[in-house]
Parts: sequence; structure tokens; C-alpha cells
Amino acid sequence: MSTAVIHYIDQPHPVTGVTNSKLGVWLFIASEVMLFGALFSSYIVLRIGDPAWPHGWTILNVPLATLNTMILITSSVTMVMSWASLMMNRFDRFRLYMILTILLGLGFMVVKGFEYAHKFEHGHFPRTDNFYGIYFTLTGLHGLHVLGGILVNFYFLVTGKSLWTKSPKMFAGRIEAAGLYWHFVDLVWIFLFPSIYLL
Amino acid sequence: MSEHHELGFIRKYVFSVDHKVIGIQYAITGLLFLLFGFCLMMIMRWQLAYPGEALPLVASWLEHSNKMPGGVMGPDLYNAFGAMHGTIMVFLGVVPLAVGGFGNYLVPLQIGAPDMAFPKLNAASYWSYFVGGVIMLGSFFLPEGPAQSGWTSYPPLSNLAGTGQTFWLVGMIYLVASSLLGSVNFLVTIIQLRAKGLSFFRMPFFVWAQFVTAFLLLLAFPPLQAAAVFQLMDRVVGTSFFLPSGLVVGGTPLAVAGGGNPILWQHLFWFLAHPEVYVLILPAIGLVTEVIVNNTRKPLYGYKTMVYSLLFLGFMSFVVWAHHMFMTGMGTTMSNFFQATTMIISIPSVILLSCLIITLWGGSIRYTLPMHFALAFLPMFAIGGLTGLPLGLAAADIYLHDTYYVIGHFHYVVAPGTLFALFAGIYHWYPKATGRMMNQVLGKLHFWISFLAINGIFMPMFIQGFAGVSRRLAIPNFYAHSEAVQGTNVFMSISAWILGAAQLLFIINFFMSMKTGKKATDNPWDATTLEWATPTPPPHGNFLQEPVVHRGPYEYSVPGKATDYIPQQVS
Amino acid sequence: MDSPSIYGWWLPPNLSAHGAIIDQLIIVMHVFMVALFVGWGLFFVYCLIRFRQRTGHKARHDLPHSKVPKFIEVAVVLFEAAILVGLSYPAWSKLRTAFPNKENATNIRIVAQQFAWNIQYPGRDGVFGRTDPKMVSDSNPIGLDLNDPSAKDDITTLSQLHFPVDKPVLAELSSKDVIHSFFIPVLRVKQDAVPGMKIPIWWEATKTGQFEIACAQLCGNGHTTMRGFVSIDTPEEYAAWTAEREKELTP
Repeated sequence: MSTAVIHYIDQPHPVTGVTNSKLGVWLFIASEVMLFGALFSSYIVLRIGDPAWPHGWTILNVPLATLNTMILITSSVTMVMSWASLMMNRFDRFRLYMILTILLGLGFMVVKGFEYAHKFEHGHFPRTDNFYGIYFTLTGLHGLHVLGGILVNFYFLVTGKSLWTKSPKMFAGRIEAAGLYWHFVDLVWIFLFPSIYLL
Repeated sequence: MSEHHELGFIRKYVFSVDHKVIGIQYAITGLLFLLFGFCLMMIMRWQLAYPGEALPLVASWLEHSNKMPGGVMGPDLYNAFGAMHGTIMVFLGVVPLAVGGFGNYLVPLQIGAPDMAFPKLNAASYWSYFVGGVIMLGSFFLPEGPAQSGWTSYPPLSNLAGTGQTFWLVGMIYLVASSLLGSVNFLVTIIQLRAKGLSFFRMPFFVWAQFVTAFLLLLAFPPLQAAAVFQLMDRVVGTSFFLPSGLVVGGTPLAVAGGGNPILWQHLFWFLAHPEVYVLILPAIGLVTEVIVNNTRKPLYGYKTMVYSLLFLGFMSFVVWAHHMFMTGMGTTMSNFFQATTMIISIPSVILLSCLIITLWGGSIRYTLPMHFALAFLPMFAIGGLTGLPLGLAAADIYLHDTYYVIGHFHYVVAPGTLFALFAGIYHWYPKATGRMMNQVLGKLHFWISFLAINGIFMPMFIQGFAGVSRRLAIPNFYAHSEAVQGTNVFMSISAWILGAAQLLFIINFFMSMKTGKKATDNPWDATTLEWATPTPPPHGNFLQEPVVHRGPYEYSVPGKATDYIPQQVS
Repeated sequence: MDSPSIYGWWLPPNLSAHGAIIDQLIIVMHVFMVALFVGWGLFFVYCLIRFRQRTGHKARHDLPHSKVPKFIEVAVVLFEAAILVGLSYPAWSKLRTAFPNKENATNIRIVAQQFAWNIQYPGRDGVFGRTDPKMVSDSNPIGLDLNDPSAKDDITTLSQLHFPVDKPVLAELSSKDVIHSFFIPVLRVKQDAVPGMKIPIWWEATKTGQFEIACAQLCGNGHTTMRGFVSIDTPEEYAAWTAEREKELTP
């Protein structure tokens, strides 16, 4: 039997300076950049090819989306706070901030739900035209990513205590990784919002 | 591994998180898909050799089938088999075997790690691939059959196609997810888990190849993911991302909003699919390098140059994609750019091939069974690579685009190219994984018959290409210019059936040797890299003690030493 | 009918004024490829024989020290650059941007569909009639709007392409449904017909005869059988054919 152990799970690698999961999340984010890059590029191609493409603000609810932007940015702050609480050894605070982050994320989804429902009620669907097609597809995929983040955060909230007790460093590392992903999802929205709603 | 209770059969062999078990799972599944994909083509080759004639044997079963009325292959079945042949070979066969199989099995061993960085993620990658494969296979049972718009799925044709195309898209999403998770795992493993003393430039070339391949998979697949989502939206929800306005299909205007762009799909698809072809070849070059160096008993010529070529190739592979699109109405600026990048990318390929051939100079070449396949790879890859050059020149491509010349080109790289490299790898590492040598007689027969037959299939394709025969013709001799070369089709089909029969030798050898093969030592090839420093087969955790590396990967025939090789971990 | 003897195991005869540069590019490139392959191959076989394992022969650890590979590599790069810039760039530019004048050319529109080639001629007025997808029907596959005065003299054919020899043809290619590709091997002409796009191409034939259009992009079950017929006519034959077609037009 071997005595070998997988290293750098909770200790950073001496040369790269990061743990495995942190490097993993950054690489994953790189692939997500390519995904959203492809989506944005497609949006540009379709928009340039269509002389009658409407301005976003004439069709979409900008105040509501601005609210959503605030919600998501705030949730990024609470996400950092939840990680910082772990760094300060305050598991109770971690719990509080994580719950806030999840609630804010759900709030984002609820507002999004209202937006979509309003469009459907007025007979505007993805198939109505490419503006709506792009709107629903890009915000929809982004929404799925938000949902994924919420699920991950919820999982850590619920199972956190046992892993925190067993290996606080490893748990903090996981929350940091989740935080990086969450910030990325927020950042995508920061690009999506102006390019779809404000242009 | 701290405390380790005995795992049950399911946890040990089915849902294992051990990279070696997962590697073997990928390899066996990949080989099965390769066989299936090849069977599809062997059936298609009957239609190509004897157009309109009923399939022997099978015809009586299919007499009353609506799929093959009278046992004759119609264009719908031909296109379905064609599209699935390509899809299965590329995404379900070669990459899972080359990257999921060989990569998973060998990379942790060769870098002295106990496993991949994320063992559970590794298992998830395999099972995601498995599900994708099931969906792809399942599409054969749909009433309208599987996807039939080519593995390239160009809209509007693929938008308008039957449900099989939707299955293809959903299957691809699982396969892409599998790839993404896998590539993250490979990159973190190689960057973080190399043993003490194993600097990047002491890594075996195979690990470098997997490293660059993982970057290609990580960064190139997402645009295809995006394209698949767009096409699913088009097909399921009725959007028009790829459907322009004013389409009239079968006499009826299409009731969609329009305003979409079919060329957008092509850009997104080829943005992945070009790097994908380097994913198909780089692990193969890695495997061949290991086998050739080991059987030449001297260091790799130009190791550093080869590594830099790899890195340059990986980077360049992202900026050549539109050479697949020269015929789409491209102007001079775009065409000139992509022709230039395509010519430039041929240089690192030339360097890699040249370094491998030059490695032979001054060596002491052992003609082992794996070496047969590895050596054959070299001229075959040369033909494949060289025939890419006229295709990369847009004006020549005017004539050669979408002809059999293209099919010949890429098959040379993948079939007698990558596939032979994979066989070399299997024959070479089988003793480490099983503790037995494969049968040499069966193996050499397998090699020689395959080598001759495979050239018999693909060399005449260039003749057909020069004659102007288009791809994907369900009736090969329909045109005067294609009728003129119909004789080559008969020759090619017979070669294909001989090739198929020859694989039986391999299959028999593979299973038989597990029980009756000559018992192998831990290092039967006197090799230097770390995977040979483990017990046979390697246990969970791989190395009895964490290895420490003291030298580069190819210290063969070092002057003044007693043996003609010094393993990496020997101080 | 075209005599099958012109087709064989090599490029079919080039019956175009412009296609020679394509053939030249293909041939020059292949000479280069064969030279590289033979060079590699000879070296390869030499090594396999000279450096095979045998008693009394040891491998040498030190690399072969030679500047030759570098020289050959540089030569390869220079040669590829020369072919690219010297042959391919000008060829593409000529074939894709050096369009003949409309006045000096036979003007046609080609609309591909599943599974035929619609050819539209502008008629005596030299103006193409308006088309509308809504007016497409079985008898009017391109949706020609006969209310448009310029449409009344337009000649449309299904997969029958006639044009006179020794005169450029200026064609506008598009598609009704999926992507097809217009390919005439003897004229070295190939261009994708993309729905939603109107792509101009040109060619000029130098010999008369009957030939075929093949589709070069998978377009469905009729991909193989959507053959078109090309008739390269003498000016007299072309005039006669045009006159015949004009008789069939609805007054």
C-alpha cells in the first residue's frame, strides 16, 4: 500500500502560491470567459447584421435591471464578508453573510422571473425576434450560472459546520473558490447589463 | 491515503475515483466506440463500392425495414451513418481513448503523483462522457434516426433536421462538460502535483503534450457549447439565431422571425473544431515520442525545441479556424489572414516530425511491437500533415474543398496517424497495466495487415479528390467525374473490410493476453520514466514512496554507465 | 453528351481562362510536398537500416550535431512564404475580387434549393426581375414577381445552365433553404450558396461542351442527386437557346 497523499489541498504550492482548488477555479473561470465571450461575440455578429435591432432601453425594464445589478454587486460584497469571517474565525458571521448572499442571489432570480413573466404575458418570447432571442438566451444562461452558484453556496452553508471542524483551512479555501466563481458571475452581469439593456 | 477500508466491487471498479481505473474505463469505452464507428463506415463502404446493391446477409433482415427498404442504403441512412461516424470517432472514440484513457492512466504516474488533483471530479468526467455516449447511441433508435447533417451540423440544414439532431446537441453538451472538467483536472495535476525534482523541463514529452491538449480543450470547447445552446434554442424554442429571413423550405416559407446568420454557427463550431484536431494529434505525438525514444536508446533530439513547438502550435491553433470556411463568401483580408496563420502553424508540425525522425540518427533501434506502430506513424503523419497545405491555400481550396482530398487528408492524420499511435501505446503500456506481455505474433500480423489495408483505404482518396469527387455523396458514381474513379471505391472498400477483420487479431490478443500472456517484469522495456518505477500493476496511490526525481526523462546510453538507461528517480 | 473520357484519375481538363492559376498552385504545392516527403522518407529509411540494434553497435547519447536541419527548416519556411504571397494571395485576389464588367459579361443569378439549381437570366432589358419568397410556388420556384416590368423578360431554368464560351459569366449565388455549394470541376469554380447571402462569382470558359454542376456542401437527402447541367455554347448556339426560352415566356 502506498503512503502517498495528494498535496496542496489546503496548503498552497510553494511555487505557484495557490491550492489545487484555487487554481482549478481560476481555470474553470477561464473557460467560462470563453463561453460568455462566444455568447457576446454572437450577439455582436447578429446585432451588426440587423439594421433594425432595437435599443435595449426601449424594450426592457432598465430600473428593474439596475436594481438587480445592485442586488448582485451587494451579494458579491456579502460573499467576501462570509469568507473574511472564516479568516477571522467567526463561523457564526460566515453563516450570516452566506445566508445573505444566498438570499440576494434568490432575489436576483425572483426579479428576473418577474421580468420574464412580464415579457411572456405580452406575447414576447425568445422566438419573437433575435433581440428577444439574445436577451432570453444570454440572461437565461447567466441566470443558470447564478442558480448554480446559489446551489453551491447553499451546499456549503448546510454542510459547512462539519468540514469547518475537520479542516478549517480546507473549508476556507472552498469558500474562497466559491467566492471567485460568484464574483465572476457578477462580473458577467456587469457586462451583460449595459450591453443588452443600455445600448 | 490515510485509513483505507476495503472498497466494495462497485466502488472499486465501477464508480472508482482512482485515475488508473478511470483511465481503463475511458480506454475500453473509447475502443468500443471506435469499433462501432468503424462498423458504421464498413456498412457505408458497401454502398460506396456497389451503389444500389442490397447489403449481403443483413439485407434479408432489413428487407421490410423502413430504414433500408430492400436492404439498400438510401441517402438518409447514408447521411445518418456518416454524421454519426464522424461524431463517434472524434468525440466518443479517439479523444476519450487518447486523453481520457492514456492521459488519465499515465500522467499522474509519469509525474510521480498518487492520483489526479481531483479524483472525484475525474470520475464525474468519465460518467458525463458515458451519459453523452448513451444519448448519442440512443439517437439511433429514434423514428427519424440520428443526426444526419454531418458531424459539422451546419445550419440551416441541422436546424431543420429531425429529432436526432436535438439528441446530438444534448449529447454534445454532456461530452463538452466531461471535457471541461477533465481538462481542469489535467492542468491542476500537472502544475501542482509534480514530484520533487520533476521540473517542467524534466517532464516526459507525453505529459507536455497532454498539458497543451488540456489547454486546448479548456479554452476551445466553450464556443461550441454556446453554439449548441443557440441551436437548441432555434430547434426547440423557435429562435432564429442561425436562420436568415426569407427561407423557403420545400415550397413553404419558414415561419420564423429570421435575421439570423448560418455562418455564425460555422465560426463558433470551427473555433472549437480546429483546436480539436490538435487535441486528436498531440497526445498521439506524445505517445509516439515515448515509444520511439525508448526503442532508440538515446535521448529525444530537440526536446526543448519540441516543447516550444508544442506551445506555439497550441497558441496558433486558436487563430486558424476560418481556413475551413474559405468558400463561404470570404473576402481577401480575412482569407489572407487565415492562409498566413495556417501556413505558419505548419512549421511547428514540421519541427515536431523532423525532431522525431532525427532522433533515430545515432540510435540503436529495437523493432519491438509498439515500435512498429510508432515508426509507421511518422510517414503517415507526414502525408496527413503535408496534404493539409494545399487545403490551407485558399485558391487551391477552391477546387479541393469538400472533396475526397479533404477526407484523405484528415484520415491520414487520425487513422494511420493517431490510431496507430494509440495502438503503439496499448502494446507498450499493456504490460504495466496488466502484468502480461501481449502476443507478438498476433501483434505483428495486426500491424502489417492494418498498415497495408489502411493505406489502401485512404491513399486513393487523393485520387478521388483530384478528380473532383464531392464528399458525402450517397451515390458515389452519380457524376461523370466521379464515375471515372468508381473503381477506386471497390479497392477502398475491400481494404476497409480487411482492416476490420485485422482488428479481430487485436481484440483477441487484448483479451487472451490477460490470461495467457508472458508475465511481464515491472519494467520490461528498460524505460526511464516514472510509471515503470511502480509495482505491476500500480497500486492505489501508485508509488510505495513519493518519488524524487534526479534527472531528465530520456537518459539513455549515457556514456560511461553500466546500463544503457538511467531511470529518472535514480540518484 | 460529354464524353466520359475527359475524366480520369487526375484533375479534369481546365476549360477556363482563370483556372490555370489554381492548377498551378496545386501542382507546385504537391511538388514541394513530394520533395519533403521523399527527403524525410529517405532519411527515415536510412536510419532504420543503419541504426538498427545489433551486436557491437551502441546508441550515441550526444545529439547529432548538425546545422543541416536548421537550414532545411528555414528553406521550408521561405518556400511556404513564397508560395503563399507569390502564388496564393494573387490567385485568390484575382478570382474573388477582379470581377468582369456587367456590360461585358453574361449575367445570371443562381438560387440553390433542395434539390435543384434555379438559374435566372435578366432577359433583353438586362435587369433582373424582382423576386419575393412569398411568391414561391412549384411553378415559380424563385418567386419571380411578374408584376415587376423587368421580370417579364426574365428566363428561368431548373438546373439547366447555358452560357457562351470565351465571354465572362458574372453570377450571383444564393440559396432558398440550406447551404449548398456550386461546383463545376472543369471550370475550377466552387462557391457556397448561403441562404441570406448573395455572393458574386465569375468565370470564363474557353471550350464548348456539356458538363455537370455538382453540389459541394451536404444539403440533405438529395445532396448527391441535385445535379445541374452546364452547356457551354458557341455564341450562335447560345443565341438560339435564348430565343427558344423567350418563346416560352408568358406574354
